[in-house]
Amino acid sequence: MSTQVDLARIPALPRGVRLHHDRVRGMEVLLGPERTLMLDGIGHAILSELDGQRSTGAIAADLAARFGAPPEQVTGDVVAFLQDLADKRLVDMHDG
Amino acid sequence: MAEPAIRPPLALLAELTHRCPLACPYCSNPVELTRASGELPTEIWVDIFRQAAAMGVLHVHLSGGEPASRRDLVDLVGAARDAGLYTNLITSGIGITADRLAALDAAGLDHVQLSMQGVRAEIADRVGGYAGGFDKKMQVADMIADRGIPLTLNAVMHRHNLDDLPETLELACQLGARRIEVACVQFAGWALKNRAALQPTRAQVDAAKRVVAEARTRLRGVLAIDFVPPDYYADYPKACMGGWGSTGLNIAPDGKVLPCHAAEIIPGMVFQNAREVPLADIWYGGDAFNAFRGTDWMPETCRSCDRREIDLGGCRCQAMALVGDARAVDPVCRKSPDRGRVDALLAEESVGADWSYRRFAKDTAPAE
Repeated sequence: MSTQVDLARIPALPRGVRLHHDRVRGMEVLLGPERTLMLDGIGHAILSELDGQRSTGAIAADLAARFGAPPEQVTGDVVAFLQDLADKRLVDMHDG
Repeated sequence: MAEPAIRPPLALLAELTHRCPLACPYCSNPVELTRASGELPTEIWVDIFRQAAAMGVLHVHLSGGEPASRRDLVDLVGAARDAGLYTNLITSGIGITADRLAALDAAGLDHVQLSMQGVRAEIADRVGGYAGGFDKKMQVADMIADRGIPLTLNAVMHRHNLDDLPETLELACQLGARRIEVACVQFAGWALKNRAALQPTRAQVDAAKRVVAEARTRLRGVLAIDFVPPDYYADYPKACMGGWGSTGLNIAPDGKVLPCHAAEIIPGMVFQNAREVPLADIWYGGDAFNAFRGTDWMPETCRSCDRREIDLGGCRCQAMALVGDARAVDPVCRKSPDRGRVDALLAEESVGADWSYRRFAKDTAPAE
């Protein structure tokens, strides 16, 4: 299975990787095997959209509309963020 | 310089037991092992997990010894998960039956870290001192894959298996692991006793670094590779525990709370027990945790070094073991006045020598 992110493919958090609200630190984190990623608002917004249904492109378009941001810029940010996580096996990519 | 505020811990290493069917000569457990009768009961561990989560701990690593030696392992996993912790089972696989794995899965186990003593039965069973262990481990790895439980291989490497690193990476891929820790033996606990039998050669270390660099590119998105190089060959010390009392805490089978698993070798250090003292009081106020926090405790060589926030003073237990002074500069560091001792050890050792197996005192036996 390739982990190349492209706009048509569907990103998903694999088993063993999950979002967690850290009450003590007052922040959102991504928990995975021996990994804790402290998420900023953008990272959390992207990962919260992963539903195993929508493609990377659809998620980026929805986020751009919601935040009133330029779609090209949001798309670039989303792809880069997801590719970095996919390289570390913290995000899986599925063909639609 | 003012010390920064103490941050909450991120991780708890719960050493549930020192019992283990394997007898690996590099075990990180202390040379003085705790027997079953001294282990914490289920309800104390459950309370510890709740306290840890309330303090800000996110990951619990259920380890040992072999954690499957605990009959209440499934209950402990369920309790840790209920407390809101990410549960990682660190196991040799021995004692994990199909039924038990199903129960662990149902209890919410997040991840398994399976130890590897070698890529073939011959070397793996000789290192573990347990005939048939490798075949059982392979069966457990298949069961883990069948259930889709995320898997990390923890390949402990030393002079007798470091040359097998390419095959080890290949095996991790075949078993469907998403991650591998290539953990070169760190010389504390039993490994310190057996250092001369385990120390790799410089040629092996250089080859391993090349293999890892190539594999990280080739296997990007397939296998995440964490590499812990043998630190005697390094120029600067490892940032042990991510900084003393900064990231994680260890709880020994009898409830002793330690800043790191080897800390008991430091004389004069008193470790509080989770049976008696709330975990938060131990973390924030305990003398052992405050002994080497921050940079104020450092010798001048470290305090004035521009790597002080990178290496965080290196490893206190290593300074103790090699220099006889836990407050000394980690002797691995090129700036240490004692670096010559490390170089002398590398020259003398990394040839020959048998190991002794890690066993409870009564049945200690020389290596075959």
